[in-house]
Amino acid sequence: MPGAVTTASARIILICSGKGGVGKTTLTANLGIALARLGERTVVLDADFGLRNLDLLLGLENRIVYTAQEVLAGSCRLEQALVKHKQEPNLSLMPAGNPRMLEWLTPDDMKTIAKLVAERADYVLIDCPAGIEQGFKNAAAACQEAIVITTPEVSAVRDADRVIGLLHTQGIQPVQLVLNRVRPKMVANQEMLSVDDVTDILALPLLGLVVEDEQVIVSTNRGEPLTLNGNGDRSPAAQAYRNVARRLRGEGVPLIDPSKQRRGLRARLLDKFRKTGNF
Amino acid sequence: MTLIDFLQRLLGRDKPSGAMARERLQLVLAHDRSDLNPELLDQMRREILEVVQKYVEIDLESGDVSLETGDRVTALVANLPIRRARPQASELMQEPPLPVAESAPASPSS
Repeated sequence: MPGAVTTASARIILICSGKGGVGKTTLTANLGIALARLGERTVVLDADFGLRNLDLLLGLENRIVYTAQEVLAGSCRLEQALVKHKQEPNLSLMPAGNPRMLEWLTPDDMKTIAKLVAERADYVLIDCPAGIEQGFKNAAAACQEAIVITTPEVSAVRDADRVIGLLHTQGIQPVQLVLNRVRPKMVANQEMLSVDDVTDILALPLLGLVVEDEQVIVSTNRGEPLTLNGNGDRSPAAQAYRNVARRLRGEGVPLIDPSKQRRGLRARLLDKFRKTGNF
Repeated sequence: MTLIDFLQRLLGRDKPSGAMARERLQLVLAHDRSDLNPELLDQMRREILEVVQKYVEIDLESGDVSLETGDRVTALVANLPIRRARPQASELMQEPPLPVAESAPASPSS
């Protein structure tokens, strides 16, 4: 890994997707909280300087005083910029600076910031901007490993593929996959790409599987991630995010494909006809 | 899925959209990963056919040279049914002409 940040202490993980709106920031916020609850000192770093939102999903938007910009300029100490989460003090946010930073920010600047926060963390999660332009390149330069998140839609999978290609050429390893917004019923009816379809096409190990869940929207409205204590106890997405955190730490949590579980009569009949070669 | 949709599917008249998504993705990714523009691909296809036709008569109607992808590797796959060997090349042909499938792995996507 030429030029990548290496610290003995922290794992620096990029969370990226290529396409916008597939759930990068939601994953970063929920995974950050889940890791913090497991006792890991975690820093979430908002690398989306143009359209920052991580502060909003974590409910920390009113507590930002300094940002990565002031840290880089040396006009504040790192501790002054890091915003500690009240309920989960193991989690801190490094807010993105002004969008004008994009004009001069370099991959080396991102490395500097990541290295600084990594000194006092076990996990650093970098919330990557959408796209494959400079913002992505800056964020990718600072990480050692990556999580690619996508949904079972052709455009999202195609964009994820582009990003995976770029991560591979940069020597980032491992790259793991989180499949978001799966609708088990549609998959069972063969009206949606299946989990196997997506993992086959992208050829990545599956780190997590998140089913479509309205609770995600409710929690973002409130600025309280589902993985917070007492929140989302009955939410399948919350459970999925917690499982991602545990797998990331190396715990062997089995992956269950929900579309293979609740198969209705129609789906099973269709399968039968399929096998006889009718299609 | 309404009952009508379901019956259509059962009778094999309507392909499930999930399968279509998969096929369309595989095709578009083969091109994305190879980073070849369509003109270049077409030129390469023509030149390959020219070379092959020097040695054997091929069935251009059912023949096909295309990009396929699997496991993050893109391959150029040629499937060229041979009608018969050209007279001057017949000495080289040990076996009766058969459809041949040749594939050469291209560089992994970058």
